[in-house]
Amino acid sequence: MTAKAHRMVSRLLGTGEPELSCEACFTHLDRYVDVELSGGVADREIPGMAGHLANCPACAEEHDALLACADLPPTLPGEALGPPR
Amino acid sequence: MTKPRTVAATEPVVLDARSDAWLAALRDTGAGKDEAVGQLHAMMLRVARWQVQRLRHTVGRIDADELDVLAQQAADDATIAVLGHLDDFAGRSRFTTWAFKFAVLQASVTLRRYRWRDREIPTEPQDWPYQADPGAGPDQQVAADDLAAALRAAIATALTPHQRDVLVALAINDVPIDVLAERLGTSRGALYKTLHDARIRLRTRLTDEGYEPPPSRRETAR
Repeated sequence: MTAKAHRMVSRLLGTGEPELSCEACFTHLDRYVDVELSGGVADREIPGMAGHLANCPACAEEHDALLACADLPPTLPGEALGPPR
Repeated sequence: MTKPRTVAATEPVVLDARSDAWLAALRDTGAGKDEAVGQLHAMMLRVARWQVQRLRHTVGRIDADELDVLAQQAADDATIAVLGHLDDFAGRSRFTTWAFKFAVLQASVTLRRYRWRDREIPTEPQDWPYQADPGAGPDQQVAADDLAAALRAAIATALTPHQRDVLVALAINDVPIDVLAERLGTSRGALYKTLHDARIRLRTRLTDEGYEPPPSRRETAR
């Protein structure tokens, strides 16, 4: 099957593997990302998350964004992002 | 030395010092709460600005001021959401990661809705699967055409009208799930459940007809 055809069938059929709902994905997303960033096996810790991220483009985008920004430096010029005193 | 607090969870979780400080400040009943909420909003705004810039290419032409208004709206909504869900923070991640996800969500939803603000939701497929692929060999194209025909037939006959509409919108016409949920007056979760059920029906029909649906790769977000 060609790559284009494979992409289309993926969008229509999903992966067919067990997966979380969008609500459960959002609930566990912060934990999942922190485990990923710490080098742990996030998919073992939160079963069904990987399946959902493979099937839901919106949740996948939010996962990718959170993964990219969760370790932003704690401070930037003009903004104090550390915990309150 | 103050003993680190724990939060309600299935198993007791000890908060890290920064998360503990955030929670204490945001739950403060005195003047310190205003400062903490201000810092929270600044953090939400920073993440929202970062995310709208990240998704800027998806909305076409937009000037910087308008984009920043969207980021500020998202940051306002995210701040309210964090404060409203503070008791849901289970301490299983850093507080900042937990809070960031609200800003990411609000900024993403805001940009998707902005992109579709003046557009009708197409009800018919805009691009059926398996259009001719110039890179495919003859055998690959025959197999793709065969499966495409089976998929079209399954979409037409194996799904309820609502399942078909949701599948066509989300999986063929690239309508973002938040946008469709808003237009239909339902939730993202309810729509995803409909999509999930439709996919199961399609897989079952194709399997019954002797096709073997391939495993999927992760798709990039739209």
